[in-house]
Amino acid sequence: MGSKLDSADGVYLDDAVQIAAKILVVGHFAVGKTTFIGTMSEIPPLRTEERMTQAGAHIDDLKGVRGKSTTTVAMDFGRITLSNKLVLYLFGTPGQERFVQVWEDMTRGALGALILVDPERLKESFPVIDLVEQYGLPYAISVNHFDETPVRPESELREALDLLPETPVISCDARDQKSSADALIALVRYLQTRTDRSTT
Amino acid sequence: MSADLVRPYVITNGRGLPDNDQFNLITLVTTSDQPRPSQLDPEKRSVLDLCSGGLLSVAEIAGHMKLPIGIVKVLLSDLSSDGYLVVRAPVPPAQLVDVSLLQEVLNGLQARFG
Ligand SMILES: Nc1nc2c(ncn2[C@@H]2O[C@H](COP(=O)(O)OP(=O)(O)OP(=O)(O)O)[C@@H](O)[C@H]2O)c(=O)[nH]1
Ligand SMILES: [Mg+2]
Repeated sequence: MGSKLDSADGVYLDDAVQIAAKILVVGHFAVGKTTFIGTMSEIPPLRTEERMTQAGAHIDDLKGVRGKSTTTVAMDFGRITLSNKLVLYLFGTPGQERFVQVWEDMTRGALGALILVDPERLKESFPVIDLVEQYGLPYAISVNHFDETPVRPESELREALDLLPETPVISCDARDQKSSADALIALVRYLQTRTDRSTT
Repeated sequence: MSADLVRPYVITNGRGLPDNDQFNLITLVTTSDQPRPSQLDPEKRSVLDLCSGGLLSVAEIAGHMKLPIGIVKVLLSDLSSDGYLVVRAPVPPAQLVDVSLLQEVLNGLQARFG
């Protein structure tokens, strides 16, 4: 449980850190969320779960589990210290589970979302894109190419996912740090263009 | 019923899990200088032990302690109102998505990975 951890392992943040920011890494089952967070995080990724009461969960998820009045949803997350006063947290959560309470917690204060998609399973990304849009989070699409899958034209993917022309679409290998960092950078650049617009 | 399901209510003394605005997932927390009382719930003691090493987010505390976020928020909220914690106030959402913060995030990512 919680005893003091060895600070030499870099578990703790620098004392000077003042601001914590948050970006969500979301996507359907097995699309690479945990891999992405593990690739980018400076600490071994952590996992937390939130216990949901019936009110916050879909009844389907509780069916068949006799006497069980709560269910859990797990989140992976990692951390990147970006300057002496700023730290960025990446939170990953599956998109097909519509746990209202968790999504409220996750999205509140988030800068934006990186939605990981597998071009061979585009349909599976629809629910998570809906969910991110429903919570009003700006997002970029990161296309994770799995081995052997042919690269499809971006226009096809944009059409299939019904994306706005300005929504960034980035190819990414979640196992590669440079590639994953580029996807995050593209997202943040896009977020900047949005604040430019809203302030002018 | 498994112990796993009973446990949260024991730890929080039967209280439900309130909506808590003081602590969100990325609120940063560490211990204050205030000496601990001799009597303290083991879970609260564990939180203070963990936090005494330095600054951590609420999510990290939950992750290290292997407790659900909701439970950790209750423990932190009690410890904080009793003066045992220093909470680095979470930046309000409106302020979060400000231009200079995005620029700092971008600069940081580019400096680290560019
Ligand atoms: N080729 C390729 N493989 C990947 C990529 N990202 C992840 N993988 C592999 O895909 C598998 C699933 O990745 P995870 O990171 O566990 O996916 P996840 O989204 O966390 O899965 P769930 O939590 O179960 O929904 C693993 O075997 C990864 O090694 C990628 O960008 N390219
Ligand atoms: Mg995963």
